[in-house]
Amino acid sequence: MNPHAKSISFLLNGSATEMLVQTHENLVELLSRLDLNGARESCGQGLCGCCTVIVDDIAVSGCLYPAAFVDGKTVTTIEHLDHDVQLSPVQQAFIEEGAFQCGFCTSGFILMTHQLLEQNPMPTDEEIRDYLAGNLCRCAAYPEIINAVKSAAGKMART
Amino acid sequence: MTIHKPMPAGQVGRSLPRLEARAKVTGRADYVHNMRLPGMLMAKVVRSTVAHGRIVSIDTSAALQLKGVFAVYTGEDIRKIIPEPYYGPAFHDQPILALGKVRHVGEPVAVALAVDAHVAEQAAQLVEVVYEELPAVFDEVEAMDSKAVVHDVLKPAGTFPDLKHLHGKKNTNIALDFHLKRGDVERAFAGAAHVFEHEFHTQQVMHTPLEPMVSLAEPTRDGLTIHTASQSPSFVRIEIARLLGWPENKVQVKVPHLGGGFGAKLYIKLEALVAALALLTRRPVKWSLTMEEQFYTISKHATTFRIKSAVDGAGKVTGRSCTVYWNGGAYADIGPRVTQKSGFTAPGPYDIENVAIDSYSLYTNRPPAGALRGFGIPQLVWAYESHTDLIARELNIDPVEFRRNNILREGRPQATGTAMKDAAIDLVLEKVAERMNWSAPFDRGSGTIRRGRGVGIGFKASISPTTSVAFVNIYADGSCALYMSTVDMGQGSDTAMAQIVAEVLQVQAENVRVIHPDTDVTPYDMATLGSRSTFHMGNAVKLAAEDARQKLEAMARSVGVPEGSNLETREIFKKKYGMQAGNVMGVGSYIPTYKSPDSVTGMSDNITPFWMIGGTGVEIEVDTETGHVKLTKLINAADMGRPLNPHIVETQLSGAAIMQLGFTMFENMEFDAGQVTNASFADYKIPGIHDIPPDIENHIVLAEQGGGPFGAKGVGESATFGVSPAIANAIHDAVGVRLTDLPLTAESVLRGIRLKAGNPIGD
Repeated sequence: MNPHAKSISFLLNGSATEMLVQTHENLVELLSRLDLNGARESCGQGLCGCCTVIVDDIAVSGCLYPAAFVDGKTVTTIEHLDHDVQLSPVQQAFIEEGAFQCGFCTSGFILMTHQLLEQNPMPTDEEIRDYLAGNLCRCAAYPEIINAVKSAAGKMART
Repeated sequence: MTIHKPMPAGQVGRSLPRLEARAKVTGRADYVHNMRLPGMLMAKVVRSTVAHGRIVSIDTSAALQLKGVFAVYTGEDIRKIIPEPYYGPAFHDQPILALGKVRHVGEPVAVALAVDAHVAEQAAQLVEVVYEELPAVFDEVEAMDSKAVVHDVLKPAGTFPDLKHLHGKKNTNIALDFHLKRGDVERAFAGAAHVFEHEFHTQQVMHTPLEPMVSLAEPTRDGLTIHTASQSPSFVRIEIARLLGWPENKVQVKVPHLGGGFGAKLYIKLEALVAALALLTRRPVKWSLTMEEQFYTISKHATTFRIKSAVDGAGKVTGRSCTVYWNGGAYADIGPRVTQKSGFTAPGPYDIENVAIDSYSLYTNRPPAGALRGFGIPQLVWAYESHTDLIARELNIDPVEFRRNNILREGRPQATGTAMKDAAIDLVLEKVAERMNWSAPFDRGSGTIRRGRGVGIGFKASISPTTSVAFVNIYADGSCALYMSTVDMGQGSDTAMAQIVAEVLQVQAENVRVIHPDTDVTPYDMATLGSRSTFHMGNAVKLAAEDARQKLEAMARSVGVPEGSNLETREIFKKKYGMQAGNVMGVGSYIPTYKSPDSVTGMSDNITPFWMIGGTGVEIEVDTETGHVKLTKLINAADMGRPLNPHIVETQLSGAAIMQLGFTMFENMEFDAGQVTNASFADYKIPGIHDIPPDIENHIVLAEQGGGPFGAKGVGESATFGVSPAIANAIHDAVGVRLTDLPLTAESVLRGIRLKAGNPIGD
């Protein structure tokens, strides 16, 4: 065994999980070893949001987050949102509004939108832009993303 | 041109969501980025630190001693597998790993392999390379007659007959020159009431797909399988087979979804190295670029464009000469094709009797340039629409009216002599003007905030002639699948093509299964580029679906089902085979007619199967104290024939325009001695959600493309055309400052304002 490896346990998408992690390993690398590929490393600097993961209810950049730090924490990824088979209202709204093209950045936008709507159920356009300013979409589906966030807010308000 | 009524309610013309929508919102869509194979090695390349140099030595010993390193290879090792390891679509000029010489900073020189990507990365850093530096050339105009010569000898690929004359040419950086002469431009200048001459520049930029370029090769029993984030699986197979001296059928290329392409993932990029490494190691090998490495791999041409126009007393352009220099970087990639295929539209969508075009593709010691969403057209439109606006202002003619008076109308010959057909240039211009409310009074602002507005319109020919092939398979239960090598990189081709199959076979588009490119299974397609798929593959898919329908009808008749019977498909199969068994396979193959331009005059009466037209209008605010430009309104209009999926088409328009907004306002690869000093998202800004204007409209003009599938044609690039000049024209309108270099930074606007006020800012 690698002397630098560390044994960690954490709650991953609702399941107790134990893993051996290297000290240099980041959270995206750890998740990909568990076949969770929705969080993706793109810019590698925490600037694009493609690697967004929720750790203890806070969105983090998985490419900058040491895997060993999730020891004892709760980790939620995009793959968990439809765990009861149903898509979340945010996911439904992204489909209906066509709020993605290539889909590579979509996990991050959806997780950030969930976090936004938990804190602010009826955000204005400007609040949406401010909140999602840390996520980049090279296909530039931004107008449709703003529409999807508003649509999701409406769906959640009705339920 | 026929103007159609709004779409009938069928499968074509429906705005259904992308077929893979659920996979994309749940994080489960397949990308090569995600792929891992048992026993897989990770590759990390050692890159050149000099722009031009002779390799004196490469010392791999320290890297090889690192624990966990599987192997370290150089160009000489590649030669054991591929004796002539030079690749490229237009020229065979790019070595898989450098041999003897390096020609740009970032060029791959050696490669380290390990199971752990971090170990491979550390090993790559331990490789020591000694270079003897050579004089370098970076500027495209200087490269015309520079003493620094990037390639000792030109090596055009055999693929293109019009490049053959360049074979073996020495002591030149001109990879390709294209010339067109129509009428007598010198006489037009001599007899003109006014002559205008300007020079414009564009900067080098990068596609930055968020899924960085990635390829994975695995050796199979008697060949190779390459999983690659590529826009051109068929070309990869052909080129890898050529390099290895193998028949095509030993190379399998598979492409799942792409996390963006925009031209970055075209032809052949990482595939040659992973193929060689998989054969050297007999292990699967994956090579994933970082965002930084992408900047050293492919980019968009920087250009210099000198444009000169003769105008008569009535405001009619009577002559135009265009000299365009394309900075192709160290390797040709597809750059020389840009020089010609886009070069012939350099005078713009105007009816001009006398035209001369000289277009040069130059080798320099910068990272290579290739195709980027528009294939050179945005660089041309930038210049000719800025120039057009300057002429109109100088002559005191309204810029829209000036364009109207000169516009290239249906049936009139384009610069090549090809008569315009199904090209709604005038409708696009009028739509932009209408949505801009152009004839109404305009609020010009006051104090330190000045308002301006501008328009730009451009056109593009389709790359020709190219081939697409498709199969449509009807299963015995009546369900069906489409087999094609078009790559869905986000543009929605899976969905649009499924709609074509659904329309022909009268099924729901959602129920058409689209088989992703796998060259063992899906047939040939030239590539997913230049907005060619809707027209070319769309036609092949339509033909394949019609062929399947006819074969199914023939089968029905062969088992005694009368014509016009509404017997279910599954029952026809049961009658034929006695049980749920069998297939009906429809095949469609499409190549349009084309005539290549005359090698001396550049003339052709059939230069393209279709034209793409895009126009943009903007309103802006300029802060005269800071030079900051705020875009308040962005109107995009395009002719893409009849849209197959209107909503997806609209998002293609806004996406293209916003991407071009980045190339217009801030994106710029900055260099120091050939090194990109801002090769990361920390320093190279792409458009974010705050950069989009509050008011954005996308308009599809009512038009129909003759010969297009259900009247459709491509749209992925059209909304890029007019953006840059529209904004520069609006800045001129607002503060009287004309910018001729992209990007249009606040600094350059402020310098212009201060210069005009007689209070220039020092350097």
